[in-house]
Amino acid sequence: MPRDDEQARELARLRWQCRRGMLELDEILRAYVDTRYPGASAGEQAAFRRLLDYQDPELQQWLLLDREPENEDLRAIVTLLRDGPGA
Amino acid sequence: MALARRRFDALIIGAGGAGLNAAIQLAKTDARVAVVSKVFPTRSHTVAAQGGVNAALANVMPDNWHWHMFDTVKGSDYLGDQDAIEYMCREAIPTVYELEHNGVPFSRLDNGKIYQRPFGGMTQNFGGAQAARTCAAADRTGHAILHTLYQQNLRARTHFFDEYFAIDLIRDDEGAILGALVLEIETGEPLLIEAKATVLATGGCGQAFRTTSNAHINTGDGMAMALRAGVPLMDMEFFQFHPTGIAGRGMLITEGVRGEGGYLINKDGERFMERYAPNAKDLASRDVVSRAIVTEVKEGRGCGPNGDHVYLKLDHLGEEIISKRLPGIRESGRIFAGVDAAREPLPVFPTAHYAMGGIPTDRYGRVLAPVGTGEEIVPGLYAAGECACVSVHGGNRLGGNSLLDILVFGRAAGLDLLQHMESHHRPMDEASVDKAMARLERWDRKGEGLSVAELREAFRRCMEDHAGVFRTEEIMTEGVERLRELREQLSEVRLQDHSKVFNTARIEALELENIMACGMAIAVSALNRQESRGTHSRPDYPKRDDVNWMKHSLYLLDGDQLDYKPVQTKPLSVETFPPKERVY
Repeated sequence: MPRDDEQARELARLRWQCRRGMLELDEILRAYVDTRYPGASAGEQAAFRRLLDYQDPELQQWLLLDREPENEDLRAIVTLLRDGPGA
Repeated sequence: MALARRRFDALIIGAGGAGLNAAIQLAKTDARVAVVSKVFPTRSHTVAAQGGVNAALANVMPDNWHWHMFDTVKGSDYLGDQDAIEYMCREAIPTVYELEHNGVPFSRLDNGKIYQRPFGGMTQNFGGAQAARTCAAADRTGHAILHTLYQQNLRARTHFFDEYFAIDLIRDDEGAILGALVLEIETGEPLLIEAKATVLATGGCGQAFRTTSNAHINTGDGMAMALRAGVPLMDMEFFQFHPTGIAGRGMLITEGVRGEGGYLINKDGERFMERYAPNAKDLASRDVVSRAIVTEVKEGRGCGPNGDHVYLKLDHLGEEIISKRLPGIRESGRIFAGVDAAREPLPVFPTAHYAMGGIPTDRYGRVLAPVGTGEEIVPGLYAAGECACVSVHGGNRLGGNSLLDILVFGRAAGLDLLQHMESHHRPMDEASVDKAMARLERWDRKGEGLSVAELREAFRRCMEDHAGVFRTEEIMTEGVERLRELREQLSEVRLQDHSKVFNTARIEALELENIMACGMAIAVSALNRQESRGTHSRPDYPKRDDVNWMKHSLYLLDGDQLDYKPVQTKPLSVETFPPKERVY
């Protein structure tokens, strides 16, 4: 598969991972993938992919109820999403 | 390439609370059970149900399933079937205990019993004092239930097809359902799943409206599959709107904001609810507040550059109260409306929240379809949860009864499925498989055409404007005509991406077809019901009409036809609750 196609598939896969049980999460996560993710650093992209593995109530606490994740690696991406285009 | 095929005893489409509670009933058998879900199961919309589940356990104060039944019949505005409601309220008790035994971490009282909280519409002694009937697992009840059921299903070796999208049911000449054609999103390859019995548990269809509180996944897939298989949808005109969704976005702003002293204003700064509900004002019932907001906008008193919303003012409450008593409101306002609610008002508009209607079933979850002047069970097909209509919510659902509905009737369907497990698979109907494949392959057509996004937005906007909160003959006649035109345009839609691997554009196109099928069912049913009942409000027919309209609507896809059937007013073992004016 050519590289552009590969990237497009990767983005499509991530967009589907952003489909959650709550509208609020759908919108925040999807907006990030559509706008910032493609140009983000490899580290930031990896942090976002890790974040997607968490359960919806955790994401809700961090993104909508102003709680901090215990995992330090995730704090920066959570802050970005809260302030981002979710926007 | 030959179509891949798999055989299971039972196929369950949808992995929310209803689907997983149906699947777990088969855990103690040797049955081979498949669950198909378009997203990872614990990301189903059940996670958004945070309030709790009603059951008359009497852990906090005296309670009785019969009182719960009365509240539900009254709440339904007497359109609910009283046999199904009695069954649900009785079965609520063993259902909650079964969940507890399966490991759901319900919040506890000091004496170790399940904690129960008071919730609107729940009373003691047939309309007396407030009852405490709602069982919760902190503020994440839906997720706790979903997570527990998922783990139990994994233990029971239920086979999960995660990220598979269901295309259509497969049906033979006798009308029996033989399974479904599904699509693996990852590879883009179709798969035929044959089953002795199939359960539709795909949730609601809020995405049919432009402004909705529903997650993106709620596209009415199961409801539309049922329609295409010749099954009607029942009481689709009954859709619950929450008055304060963030304008243009749909996220709920809790009623608690108005409970704490927040109020609505129009562009002139007027507290307009004083005109519509002089006593209750901003705390009037959801339908009254929703209609008032839409009236203000329609009469030119809306706010913002397009005058298309009103403001919810809460800045006068002060930062401390907002942060302490209304957690998350400032964050939601900031993220989704770009507004700090402690300093400025929030733009709000009614948001589509919950479908009371759906696939008609009996209390065992068996799907029913009209035959001649009566109705018959569709062999091999079940439905449960928001996609189904038993009907226990009738014209209006009470808080805490939605989780209860999915759990009780998911369980009932699962228990009834057991009788199919010893039977044989019926022969496959290849013509029906070809038809489902053709629907999928239609999206391979190339060339220029409309985009999915364009048509989806036009349809959803039309639904909001013409089949939303404000429903008159004139508005809805115009709307149904326009929706039909938009439906015609579906054949002109083309995809630009024809790849197979993770082609989500194709899934979104299939979802659009489903949204449009459900939307038409809502609009046509609403146009024809000439009365106001529950959430269906007609300014041109402002009263409930029990003489002519105490009946269920049945919408059929073929020719947008409508049929009706009587409400079951006779409960299983107690006296009928006769219709009365619904006053709170």
